[in-house]
Amino acid sequence: MSSPCDARALTTRCAVSMAAGDTGMYRKERSVPLKSSSSALYNNLSVLPLRDKQLTYFAAVHGSTVSLASASADGLSVSHRQLQAKEGGLAVSASIVTQASWCVLPSRVLLVLTSQKGIQMYESDGSIMVYWHALDVLEPPSAQAVFARGIAAASGRFICVGTSSGLVLVFDIPSKGTNITLSEVLQEHHDSITDIASEVGENPDGAADLVTADDSGALCVWRSKEEFSLLTKISAFGWTCSSVKLWNGVIAAGYGNGQIRLYEATSGALRATVSAHARWIYALDLAPLTGKLLSGAEDSYVQIWKLSRSPDTGDIEIEHCHSECVTDTQLCGARFCDPEGNSFAATGYDLSEIVRYGQV
Amino acid sequence: MFLFCMLRVDEWTDVDRKRVMNDIITTMFNKKFMEELFKPQELYSKKALRTVYDRLAHASIMRLNQASMDKLYDLMTMAFKYQVLLCPRPKDILLVTFNHLDAIKDFIRDSPNILNQVDETFRQLIDMYSCLSAGEFQLIRQTLLIFFQDMHIRVSIFLKDKVQNSNGRFVLPISGPVPWGTEVPGLIRMFNCNGDEVKRVEFTNGGNYISPQREGSFDLYGDRVLKLGTNMYSVSRPVETHMSGASKTLASHTKENAAPNPLAKEELNFLARLMGGLEIKKPNGSEPGFRLNLFTTDEEEEHAALTRPEELSYKVINIQATQDQQQNEELARIMGEFEVTDQPRQSTSKGDDLLAMMDEL
Repeated sequence: MSSPCDARALTTRCAVSMAAGDTGMYRKERSVPLKSSSSALYNNLSVLPLRDKQLTYFAAVHGSTVSLASASADGLSVSHRQLQAKEGGLAVSASIVTQASWCVLPSRVLLVLTSQKGIQMYESDGSIMVYWHALDVLEPPSAQAVFARGIAAASGRFICVGTSSGLVLVFDIPSKGTNITLSEVLQEHHDSITDIASEVGENPDGAADLVTADDSGALCVWRSKEEFSLLTKISAFGWTCSSVKLWNGVIAAGYGNGQIRLYEATSGALRATVSAHARWIYALDLAPLTGKLLSGAEDSYVQIWKLSRSPDTGDIEIEHCHSECVTDTQLCGARFCDPEGNSFAATGYDLSEIVRYGQV
Repeated sequence: MFLFCMLRVDEWTDVDRKRVMNDIITTMFNKKFMEELFKPQELYSKKALRTVYDRLAHASIMRLNQASMDKLYDLMTMAFKYQVLLCPRPKDILLVTFNHLDAIKDFIRDSPNILNQVDETFRQLIDMYSCLSAGEFQLIRQTLLIFFQDMHIRVSIFLKDKVQNSNGRFVLPISGPVPWGTEVPGLIRMFNCNGDEVKRVEFTNGGNYISPQREGSFDLYGDRVLKLGTNMYSVSRPVETHMSGASKTLASHTKENAAPNPLAKEELNFLARLMGGLEIKKPNGSEPGFRLNLFTTDEEEEHAALTRPEELSYKVINIQATQDQQQNEELARIMGEFEVTDQPRQSTSKGDDLLAMMDEL
């Protein structure tokens, strides 16, 4: 990786970045191929780093299939697996998968798939399905689309999944085995759930554990003890919230008008607005050890930001660190590949690979 | 799409052109057909859509050979993919549709009856879709994009205009006006706990964007502002497509054709009802009928038919009248109205079951 060409390209990029005021520089690394191209769906990339095995798992959705790729650190050795959406009782139509995401709990990691028919949960390598939950079929069938979407592990023992009717299903996950049960249904949203996030940073008592977002742009903030209770609601302002993250009591939300907004989780107060992208934001991710935030949108850009809290005023701050353009690609998924945010990956509509970048 | 193409056929007279145009538009916009289209239903499979398209193309006395039909369909598909993909806002797919309808209305401006039909459809579209939210439009757009996934047929006119790369992928500009409702990227505003703005920082996002001028009109008449969906052939252009070389992502494409289609039965019922509204025109003995060849010579057309890559061939549903009475009377009646088309892959011997007939192709 130290050929003359690379060195020259690196120098040029450094000069350009410094001129633009970047504080962090990333360079493109070897892409990971996928068996099928990615579909245009929100949050369409999930990443599971396995540090002890020096492997990284990637998952992206295409139609009724989920492509899993397991890559070595240098990206040279990749193995693949594909999972299918379960048809459901009467196989009258093929079920489209809306999202696939790994949920990390203290005792186990599950891979969760949401589709038009229901929710499937697998062991983390996708080898065995451990649970299936069918969505209620509407009788009589209406013009409204029916699907599950929005996946997050919460409070070390739950997996929360959203539905097109605005419900959030809370599943109780035992430390091993298949005895997974639906323990609660949260009913506060009136529009389809788009994304769910749980607190990935510090969580003092009484603070928010979970935030749920919907198609209208409304956000609900929850606290969980034995059950979930609503802390506060953040009203919509006319644009879909497609992706949401929660870190150290700060909510980061990405919207269809390309804006990122930061809110105080306990009060719901707006703390920052960023006109971040020229098109619909499809993905946000947060690196919990550093507070780095990334956003990916249909405008072909991944933007890297840094969140912080001023020690004097307590004000939430955000600064721009880096831009990366994936030429001619409408991004649909983007994630950090490590908890410090030293590397990230992205995929886009019709793209049969996962592009990766690492910090220089 | 083929309405635009037809305008350019030099050998036809204006009278011919008008007649074929009127016939096709009348058929497309007839009440029964439109009623079926407006019913809530799942996205059609590629087979199903191609069948409907074939039927529409035969709604006048114009005829196309398999190769020209394939090419026309390729063009239409890639043009539509382009329009859906590049919509600045998801709601703009409605503006694109209105652009299509505006153009159609212009073709038939001298025929008040057909004009009424089109206006009626326009009103129905406005009624049904104007109140959808941005999120719902995005879901429609995302579903349409699944349909077009992995299609990278190169279209000459797109290559020349530099909207498509030589690998078949569309160029996505990172400059120009942002969509209506979006701010030009570059500003961070931070607020204290009382809601007062305390800090303002600008940053470079990488693109070169400007504010939009105005919003397009969603009324029956109005300036749509958006250019997507307007006549691609307003300046005389070649009508060529190129099959891409071995595509690496064909795995998913072939899988769709090979897997048993659970959608089949339900979809056939929709199709049958849809077709029931489409009248077929048979050329009289005295009339020669008009043939549209999208290639420069007949030989080229034949050659194209023979050399079309297997994975890119469309499996058209060939619905024929069967000998046994179908249980569904309605289906039988509609089937009785169908013309037997002269497709080279026609199978006459086996298959009483409609599904079996589909799978044979």
